[in-house]
Amino acid sequence: MTADIDKTAGPLDSPPAPPQPVKAIPVRHYGRYVTALVALAVLAAIVYAFSQGKINWQAVPDYFFDHRIMTGVGKTLMLTVLSMLIGVAGGIVLAVMRLSKNPVTSGIAWFYIWFFRGTPVLVQLFLWFNLGLVFEYIDLMPIYKDYWSNFMTPLLTALLGLGLNEAAYMAEICRAGLLAVDEGQTEAAHALGMSHGKTLRRIIIPQAMRVIVPPTGNEVINMLKTTSLVAAVQYPELFRYAQDIGQVSGAPVEMYFLAAAWYLILTSVLSVGQYYLERYYARGSSRRLPPTPWQKVKANLFSVGRPKGGMA
Amino acid sequence: MTGKLSKQQVPAGRGDLPMVRAEGVHKSFGQVEVLKGIDLEVRAGEVFCLIGPSGSGKSTFLRCINHLEKINAGRLWVDGELVGYRQQGDKLYELRDREVAMKRRDIGMVFQRFNLFPHMTAVENVMEAPVQVKGVRKADAHERAMSLLARVGLADRAGHYPSQLSGGQQQRVAIARALAMDPKLMLFDEPTSALDPELVGDVLDVMRDLAESGMTMIVVTHEMGFAREVGDSLVFMDGGVVVESGRPRDVLTNPQHKRTQSFLSKVL
Repeated sequence: MTADIDKTAGPLDSPPAPPQPVKAIPVRHYGRYVTALVALAVLAAIVYAFSQGKINWQAVPDYFFDHRIMTGVGKTLMLTVLSMLIGVAGGIVLAVMRLSKNPVTSGIAWFYIWFFRGTPVLVQLFLWFNLGLVFEYIDLMPIYKDYWSNFMTPLLTALLGLGLNEAAYMAEICRAGLLAVDEGQTEAAHALGMSHGKTLRRIIIPQAMRVIVPPTGNEVINMLKTTSLVAAVQYPELFRYAQDIGQVSGAPVEMYFLAAAWYLILTSVLSVGQYYLERYYARGSSRRLPPTPWQKVKANLFSVGRPKGGMA
Repeated sequence: MTGKLSKQQVPAGRGDLPMVRAEGVHKSFGQVEVLKGIDLEVRAGEVFCLIGPSGSGKSTFLRCINHLEKINAGRLWVDGELVGYRQQGDKLYELRDREVAMKRRDIGMVFQRFNLFPHMTAVENVMEAPVQVKGVRKADAHERAMSLLARVGLADRAGHYPSQLSGGQQQRVAIARALAMDPKLMLFDEPTSALDPELVGDVLDVMRDLAESGMTMIVVTHEMGFAREVGDSLVFMDGGVVVESGRPRDVLTNPQHKRTQSFLSKVL
């Protein structure tokens, strides 16, 4: 078929002269210069104010790699990963339940999401911690029996509190993802003789992932920051350790800055991971994968010095 | 071309069961009655064309055949077995999802909008069902998929994702995907309606080739040329009923019914 094109290439025997590139003086945006100057001035003022404040900046690098801080970073990451795992697994189950034709299962899922999305995580964490008022013992007949307060360690409280809350949000994200897949996909899979479960696993979920991954990345970043709340149920992590050091060393505010810096570093690393994950799930949906940052840098290096038009 | 049987009135002329038999098939969506009693028979090895204006119920009927839609009244058999139900005595039992899936293995379907799996390459699309449903070994499925892609003229596109293929190529991959399950019956739901006119030919060529190999095909189509050339039987549907049926040549060139005449005068 493609060979036919050559025969019809008649009138293009002599290539015409290349068109003259447009040489025009670009429009000057004076307004932009002014706003940029104002913004820089405000920024400089803020930085100056902070540098003159009564903050002992030297304390930040002193404690930056303190072993307690490092333990805190590790625990924060561990909490984030584990609660997100609980959240994602629970979210998928809840989303499938929500979409089920059975009114009881979809109703229960609806109720769960309603409750856990409608109450603050901090309140939920305290509720889990104090559930001993309702259940005095935990009694898994032959295997395990203990007081609730012994069973519900700070770590377990933190994981359940964060994970179950996350599941409610993930459920809505997953549901949106599943609904975003064209119904024709289900039909095609069914017409091939695939069962419901296989259709879901092999056809629907991989396509839903494209819709699910970006907001989930946001959720991970959110979770990383939310873990700072579990200090309230006596589980020490980055924020709690920073606070402790602050109280002992007499540099409390400095330690908040230190914690903020660590949270920023961790969220930045996660953002990079999210970018590559999204790129992976984009395969097949766009004709060409978006370039990696490194590829972009390379492309920009080659085009340096080439006139770009627009802003001078 | 395989031997054409004279008229549709041959009562089980080969002595075996019809591939598809419909008796008084009704289907409603809420208040709207889309099928109002369809009776027809499709013999094995036959190319059976369904034509009619949009909304006449032809696609719905096609979807009933592999139980993508449940019928509300009547009976539908494929290869002698009830579709979607099991009869014991005079009681009907609905089939389980797994049993329905089992029966769909033998019925290939090609959709108007292709419905290829966009996250899989062409060859992965074709391999998917044999591997996942029949448990064929990957290497064997791959080999078979490659030969099917070659059959539809797309061996060189095996590694392409659907978004990298033209509409006509996607539809040919979709046909290969359906064939990979070795169906005894192929359903085509307006396979060329979503294609650019110049791509229609490639798809019709593949279907013609398939018809010559003796596949039983039910084709919902607006391609009257294809129906006339390749079809063994033709049914004109309108308003949820069969208005006219017969040999494609007869119905298309010499329609008896007023409704058929006015439809064909607009289409041909």
